Amino acid sequence: MGLLRMQKTPEGQPQQPGLARFTLSEAFVETAADPAALGFALARLPRGQRPLLWVQDRVSRKESGFPSLAGTGPLRPIIMVNVTRAADVLWAMEEGLRCRSLGGVIGEIWGDPAALDFTATKRLALRSEAAGVACWLIRRAAHPNLSAARDRWRIGARPSAPHPHDRQAPGAPRWAIELFRSRDAKPGQWVATYDRAADRVDLVAPVSDRTLDAGDGTAGQRAAG
Amino acid sequence: MERQGNAPPDDIPLVLAREGHHGPVVHAANRAARLAGIMAGSRVVDMRAICPDLQVAYADQAGDLAALDRLVLWARRWCPWTVRDGDDGLILDTTGSDHLLGGEAAMLVEMETQLSLLGLTARLAVAPTWGAAWALARFGPVRALCGEDEVAVKLGALPVTGLRLDGATVLLLRRLGLKTIGAVMDVPRLSLTRRFAKAALPANPLLRLDQALGKRAEPVSSVDPAPRFVVQSRLAEPIFDPSPYLPALCEDLCDGLQQAGQGCRRLHLTIYRTDGDISHLSVAMSALSRDPVHLHGLFRDKVDRINPGYGFDLITLEAADLGAVQNVQSHLDGGSDDDLQLAHLLDRLTARFGDRAVTRPVLRASHIPERAEARLPAIADVPALMPVPASERPLRLLDQPEEVRVLYAVPEGPPAQFVWRRQTHRVARYAGPERIAPEWWKDRPGTRLRDYFKVEDQVGQRLWLYREGLHTDGRGGDPRWFVHGMFV
Repeated sequence: MGLLRMQKTPEGQPQQPGLARFTLSEAFVETAADPAALGFALARLPRGQRPLLWVQDRVSRKESGFPSLAGTGPLRPIIMVNVTRAADVLWAMEEGLRCRSLGGVIGEIWGDPAALDFTATKRLALRSEAAGVACWLIRRAAHPNLSAARDRWRIGARPSAPHPHDRQAPGAPRWAIELFRSRDAKPGQWVATYDRAADRVDLVAPVSDRTLDAGDGTAGQRAAG
Repeated sequence: MERQGNAPPDDIPLVLAREGHHGPVVHAANRAARLAGIMAGSRVVDMRAICPDLQVAYADQAGDLAALDRLVLWARRWCPWTVRDGDDGLILDTTGSDHLLGGEAAMLVEMETQLSLLGLTARLAVAPTWGAAWALARFGPVRALCGEDEVAVKLGALPVTGLRLDGATVLLLRRLGLKTIGAVMDVPRLSLTRRFAKAALPANPLLRLDQALGKRAEPVSSVDPAPRFVVQSRLAEPIFDPSPYLPALCEDLCDGLQQAGQGCRRLHLTIYRTDGDISHLSVAMSALSRDPVHLHGLFRDKVDRINPGYGFDLITLEAADLGAVQNVQSHLDGGSDDDLQLAHLLDRLTARFGDRAVTRPVLRASHIPERAEARLPAIADVPALMPVPASERPLRLLDQPEEVRVLYAVPEGPPAQFVWRRQTHRVARYAGPERIAPEWWKDRPGTRLRDYFKVEDQVGQRLWLYREGLHTDGRGGDPRWFVHGMFV
């Protein structure tokens, strides 16, 4: 069982290779309304007061809601762009990646639009690396077609860790994370626990005998439900 | 001077009201109301007792002042020196310019005609001094003319109110039996000096009298109009696409701004079509700018929205929302300014998608989740201080809370199972409730409270549910349940 702890480096310092580089990452979500991928992306973005450019298309906003400033963890300014077409999302993201003073760019695109092809992702990846701004593309109801994203993740929610003080309450969130294609890192599967107070993600490789899931606190709740 | 606009007919008594210490007071009254005995400064409720069919509207005092300031510049057509006088007057120094309009009497007629074309009624007077003109315009005959040597004669018959004194001093003079300006002039100067030696100008009849008679100077200090930055391009023949002319126009405009040390936050492009129609196009910026490349870039996606009709032969570009901009030295290493980059990014995004699509969320002091967050246009200035949310909030909120069908064990407790978007979710764990009461100062009466639960279903999805109301609160039937957000 391998344990990998991902600690974010402060702004301005060189990144650990293979962990959180400034490049294009793509995250596919299991269910449309599940914000686990966003939580993971936000946790991987560098800290700081630099604003975040957040671009959403219309269907994504309708189906999965909008990011709430009160819920984005450590308060950082957000610039929201709400557009209708996927081509506009890509244009806005590219414009954002020309600007070095952003803390990150997050784009949400629903489905598999024709505008989001290999060329478009390649442009995003090159611009992101040139500007030194991390870029995340969140895909919902989408197929992992050809893409130039350097890291491609598949992320879903899992029953949360036990709450330290309350047996009935959900504790620290857990996500099932699969890195299914990466240019630098080795692909793999992990179960991540997000520590909200420290804004840190702990990755634990899943074990074969499922002991991790058995102890997550949901078993005792069946009777009450 | 009264603003008429689309005012009701003159035979209906109408007053404009403003807020006073004890309820609204009359700010101004029309002729019918004045004839009914209504005086400015009295309370509206009292005046309603005098005149039951009185119409009341609220006065827009700031708007009136701004309109008067514009009128000051408009009146420069008759003479070069104009200035606003108090809240309701203009002073024009027409020395040497009356003969251009055929003498003073003809000039006054011309002014009254032009003002009435604007929908304004005016009382006009010509006098050698500011104070005499003020008094004659308000208390003298219609279109009064007053020569250099007849000031004392003409002013003598006017009431002491014409001396521009405050209310207490006018009352004092009345009590002393001095009802006209002539009576004040007849009092020996020494006695007046002794009585009002320490009084300030608005309470000092002697100084005011000296000003009106020209013994004390009162010059007209004219205000300068704000400079306009407009460039235009006249074309030899009608064209359909303005893009080739825009870079040169932006260059010219930015040259002018550079020389004046100014920057602009708004640009208006106007296109005059050959068939007489006019098209406008505006772009806004988040920071003051005079960078021609950047300004031109903002128009790039917008010029195709112009309908050229049969072509156009005149293009004008005007800068608005001006402000002073310092010349900033760029970095020696060729690096660019971060704030400037961000401002330019916001400008480009807003120019393409509009300021409703590019927003900046800010937190507001409210416990109701949808009111706790407001969206400002990204190019607007952001408030420096924002409240911090008191408890844990979900990462995502839905635009409209979605109603769910719920099974529960106890009515006040959490749901055991619910159907959302045609899928059954079984509640494995929950936290809550967190009760949020309606804001009685904003909400309609009968708004129900909300009990929020953070629930986790069997597959681990964490949702924010709320129950609207209680079974026993007597505000409608059974409470309904909604999904409002999603936790990470």
